[in-house]
Amino acid sequence: MSWRRLKTVAKKELLHIVRDVRSLTLALALPMVMLLLFGYALTLDVDRIPTYIYDQDRTPQSRELIDQFRGSTYFQILGAVNGYRPAELAMDKSAILLDIVVPRDYARRLLAGQEADVQLLIDGSDSNTASIALGYAQAVIQTYAAQLRSDAQVRKGGQPLRVPVDPRIRVWYNSDLKSKNFIVPGLIAVTMMIIASMLSSLTIAREWENGTMEQLLSTPVRPRELVLGKLLAYFALGITDMLICVIVGVFIFQVPLRGSVWFLFFTSCLFLFGALSWGIFISATARTQLLAFQMGMLSSFLPGYLLSGFIYSIQNMPKVIQAVSALVPARYFVIILNGIFLKGVGLRVLWGEVSMLVVYAGLVFVAASRKMRQKVA
Amino acid sequence: MPDNAVETRDLVKRFGEFVAVDRVTLAVGRGEIFGFLGPNGAGKSTTIRMLCGLLLPTSGSATVGGLDVMTQSEAIKQHIGYMSQKFSLYDDLTVEENIDFFSGIYGVPKARRAERKAYVLKMAGIEKRRSSLTGLLSGGWKQRLALGCAILHEPPVLFLDEPTSGVDPIARRTFWDLIYQLSAAGNTIFVSTHYMDEAEYCHRLALMYGGKIIALGTPGELKRSLEGHSLLRLEASDIFGSMQALEKLEGVSDVAVFGGGLHITVSDASAAIPKIRGALEHSGIAITVLEPIEPSMEDVFVAMIEQEEKKAA
Repeated sequence: MSWRRLKTVAKKELLHIVRDVRSLTLALALPMVMLLLFGYALTLDVDRIPTYIYDQDRTPQSRELIDQFRGSTYFQILGAVNGYRPAELAMDKSAILLDIVVPRDYARRLLAGQEADVQLLIDGSDSNTASIALGYAQAVIQTYAAQLRSDAQVRKGGQPLRVPVDPRIRVWYNSDLKSKNFIVPGLIAVTMMIIASMLSSLTIAREWENGTMEQLLSTPVRPRELVLGKLLAYFALGITDMLICVIVGVFIFQVPLRGSVWFLFFTSCLFLFGALSWGIFISATARTQLLAFQMGMLSSFLPGYLLSGFIYSIQNMPKVIQAVSALVPARYFVIILNGIFLKGVGLRVLWGEVSMLVVYAGLVFVAASRKMRQKVA
Repeated sequence: MPDNAVETRDLVKRFGEFVAVDRVTLAVGRGEIFGFLGPNGAGKSTTIRMLCGLLLPTSGSATVGGLDVMTQSEAIKQHIGYMSQKFSLYDDLTVEENIDFFSGIYGVPKARRAERKAYVLKMAGIEKRRSSLTGLLSGGWKQRLALGCAILHEPPVLFLDEPTSGVDPIARRTFWDLIYQLSAAGNTIFVSTHYMDEAEYCHRLALMYGGKIIALGTPGELKRSLEGHSLLRLEASDIFGSMQALEKLEGVSDVAVFGGGLHITVSDASAAIPKIRGALEHSGIAITVLEPIEPSMEDVFVAMIEQEEKKAA
């Protein structure tokens, strides 16, 4: 390995990057665009659920229950109806998601200390949103019912109702349960994976297409120097992209950055090294820019979004898919970034994921250099 | 130091079933301009690539500057300059940046770098365009710059693979002047071409066809080696009519239009001339010129390949 040759290759590659203004602009703008687009579009939070009320009871108690819904930001009461038909129509048109039906004997049963049911009709076509909405609605109803029962007991001259177990839930790390807080760090990981393999996937294929590779191979430059030199140049670009991502995440999306900035830098470098090496490996394999680009997109986009665990929980996937996801480096980076951003943890906790990134980067770099050597002979 | 700059013995390269280079044996002396002549697909480029360490030979042996192609290809790369037909420069880099890049890659010592750069800029006649993007240069300039980049590290052996394809005749002439200068300075130049006039510039030639070397020698030797083949030039009143009249004539092996007349290949000139006169007079064609001429390299080349094809058939 000659330091001089390495430096020469890196410098040349930087010149290519700087000269190609269009690609450079794209490389710098893309992470921001992707982050903003996905960051705003991909919200998993459920609030302002459009709701109709069908109050058959019309008692002070039923009205009070409805007021509870009205007071919650999770629900938006769009109107009161008299019958199932209008609610059904509205649901068909997707105007509402939830219809709350308070039965005729609600107040009577409740005051008598009996079970009082409330009917919830919900549009289950989006099962995820439906189950979250259902959870919120049940919580409102139960809280109110318990309150009412307890009041009734007091009125009868007894003690306030003691609930044997009173769970107090405290959410750590993301106390508001805002989905953007875990989407944005994951999104940074996925974005970087796509950008990195896209950036570097063209570089060697381009040299093959232009015939410059043949020239290079006739010189004393070694495949390893070529791969590493190119990597260093794209590394500069990749780290800039990473910086843009972090700035957008922290300042635009207001995601807390609780962990060490240096640890974030270190793990980003590690991840970039692996992802860029992967791009170069593809580039050395494909030989044409078109094929390299397609392979780069396919191998970074799909696994990045589906198998990195940034939206879709890996634990819920079939075992085979879980095993496949272990090969996706973004999966480890998602965990690392969530750890750094939200939990503020470091190497002590994340050493497993960090060492997976080390292994991945090392293996792919060696494979890329080997591939180059094979193409030489 | 070995006497020969390049030596090969029974060099073979197979791609699957296809034999691209078939038992090539040759030796190139120090300071020689060695021409590699042959049609496209004859195996010229493949041979050069093996000598440059870009391809591993299937069998046989070869040395470049005394270094073994099989085992010392990395060391060979320090001693050679290679220029492919594509003028492999970076179009989005300036002239100087290209020179600096190859200077760094070849490990030209720091003290020599400025001097070598100045030399290449002057040699290519490109001093005034040192900061232009390479992609904007014309073919001739690019070609000379590519040559310059290939000799930055002053390699004793230079491989040029069809270096003049796609440039104009004046640029080609200038290029050959450079090659003579390099040769005079003691460099060995191994050049492939399919331009026949360029073949005449070489000290020695190898004619390659179908992966094999079918002739090897100086241009003069090759021309003389065409025994049983004499060439006559004919100028007459009716070229097309002459062609028809002569094609079937005994002792005439080939008739080809050449300029305003015909080139007639015969086995024996003195016997053929009266016969041709007779045949043409019989057809009522007036002869202006009928004389033996020295065959050009192209005639030699075509005749040898035809012989080779007859042997194969």
